[in-house]
Amino acid sequence: MKELKASMAGTVLNVLVAEGESVTPGQALIMLESMKMEIPVEAEVAGTVEKIHVETGSFVNEEETLVTFAE
Amino acid sequence: MKKILIANRGEIARRIIRTCNRLGIETVAIHSEADGDLPYVSEATEAVLIGPNPVVQSYLQADKIIEVAKTHNAEAIHPGYGLLSENANFARKVAEAGLVFIGPSADIIEKMGDKLESRQTMAKAGVPVVPGTVDGVASIEEAIEEANKIGYPLMLKASAGGGGIGMVRCDNEQALSQQFASVKNRAKAYFGDDVVYLEKFIADSRHIEVQIFGDNHGNIVHLFERNCSVQRRNQKVIEESPSPDLPEEVRQRLCDAAVKAARAVDYTNAGTVEFIVDANNEFYFLEMNTRLQVEHPVTEEVTGYDLVEWQLDVATGKTLPAQESIQSTGHSIEYRIYAEDPKTFFPSPGLLQTVEWGEGARIETGYEQGNTVTPFYDPMISKVIITGTDRADALQKSQNFFNQTNIIGVKTNLPLFREFIGSTQFVSGAYATSVLPKWMDKTKEEQKS
Repeated sequence: MKELKASMAGTVLNVLVAEGESVTPGQALIMLESMKMEIPVEAEVAGTVEKIHVETGSFVNEEETLVTFAE
Repeated sequence: MKKILIANRGEIARRIIRTCNRLGIETVAIHSEADGDLPYVSEATEAVLIGPNPVVQSYLQADKIIEVAKTHNAEAIHPGYGLLSENANFARKVAEAGLVFIGPSADIIEKMGDKLESRQTMAKAGVPVVPGTVDGVASIEEAIEEANKIGYPLMLKASAGGGGIGMVRCDNEQALSQQFASVKNRAKAYFGDDVVYLEKFIADSRHIEVQIFGDNHGNIVHLFERNCSVQRRNQKVIEESPSPDLPEEVRQRLCDAAVKAARAVDYTNAGTVEFIVDANNEFYFLEMNTRLQVEHPVTEEVTGYDLVEWQLDVATGKTLPAQESIQSTGHSIEYRIYAEDPKTFFPSPGLLQTVEWGEGARIETGYEQGNTVTPFYDPMISKVIITGTDRADALQKSQNFFNQTNIIGVKTNLPLFREFIGSTQFVSGAYATSVLPKWMDKTKEEQKS
């Protein structure tokens, strides 16, 4: 299964997609915030969002799974 | 002065406490929930929990901080840098509460915080400013008309902007048309003021600033310059004094211009006048920072003075030493250690499992081994200041220091320093603000091939 992982540790500022939505490469799906810096986490490949594992305000560690895509 | 409150956190709070301890002044520290275990909290005479982790609920709670200062019988408030340090309303409220604000008056902070007004003030005083519009440009039509007079590339800037936010480079009319509305909207959203103006873009420029001080008796002195051109994301990474590759005659004119700038606003306490210096050593006023700078230690190292002590002296009405008595000897370099990925610059919070510093450096750090770097504040964890008899000596000591230094638990920019400080670009001393991004691009390409 394809996954989108956190590029840094921080707080989820915004979830920019919904489950079931199809995404394109480079599309920002989750906005993370850490140490006064906002970092968008972008889809690497096209796919359909199966599950979003975080919500606005959640704290995530680096490499933690944020979104999984349907095969 | 017997007791002061420090309205800040981390390394700068600790730095201020150290001077206060030496002078027999008691300190009141404030801290958020996350910062309770940091060294500065236990090192202060007293410490007060000010609020939850986000800065708006803790370190930016102006009224609450002033209340704490009063109930703890502090006579003055030191704002450090960042946070409330350049907030004119805070400075005004502190004074109205009958306390001393350790910094310039609220009126000066206000005047210098407005970029257009500070440009106008400096131009009037005969300090060279970057060519650009005198007033704001209200419409896109006006912007295009003015841009044709100035010439491209140029910078579109928000008058109320700062910290690299609210400015964008425009290479042609098309870019200006595209960016105009967005910069205006951003300025409104971030700073509550949508006045924007145009400035010529100065290519291959260096960022060189001058430390100045003013007292309440009309004396203004400078403590020479700092070159802060090694930057990432428009934020400083390495600063040094004296500036390499700057003719003595230009240095003198630069320092004189900074004193003139300070005199134009009857400046008091510590301040920094920032200049852009182009490849031909022509310089232009950029902005004035009305507080102690992060990089003040390099000036302390080459002059031998304690600038926090000077701030306290000025705040208590003492007179500054004469300009002729202030000398600069040797060479000092500051490296900012950030908890971040050295390649992407993404923040890296976490537990500092191991912190082993090398020898021969002055370390200003807000954290010790065993502390946690939380995601709520700035990624800067420490400053390393290395001083030598000359630049070559300081660079040699820096190499040794970084080879011996090790931090485990969070990612840091230590690997970047190890490589970059040996690069021909940095060692030559002839570098502009693009030096670090250019060097990184080049290194990346070399690794690919």
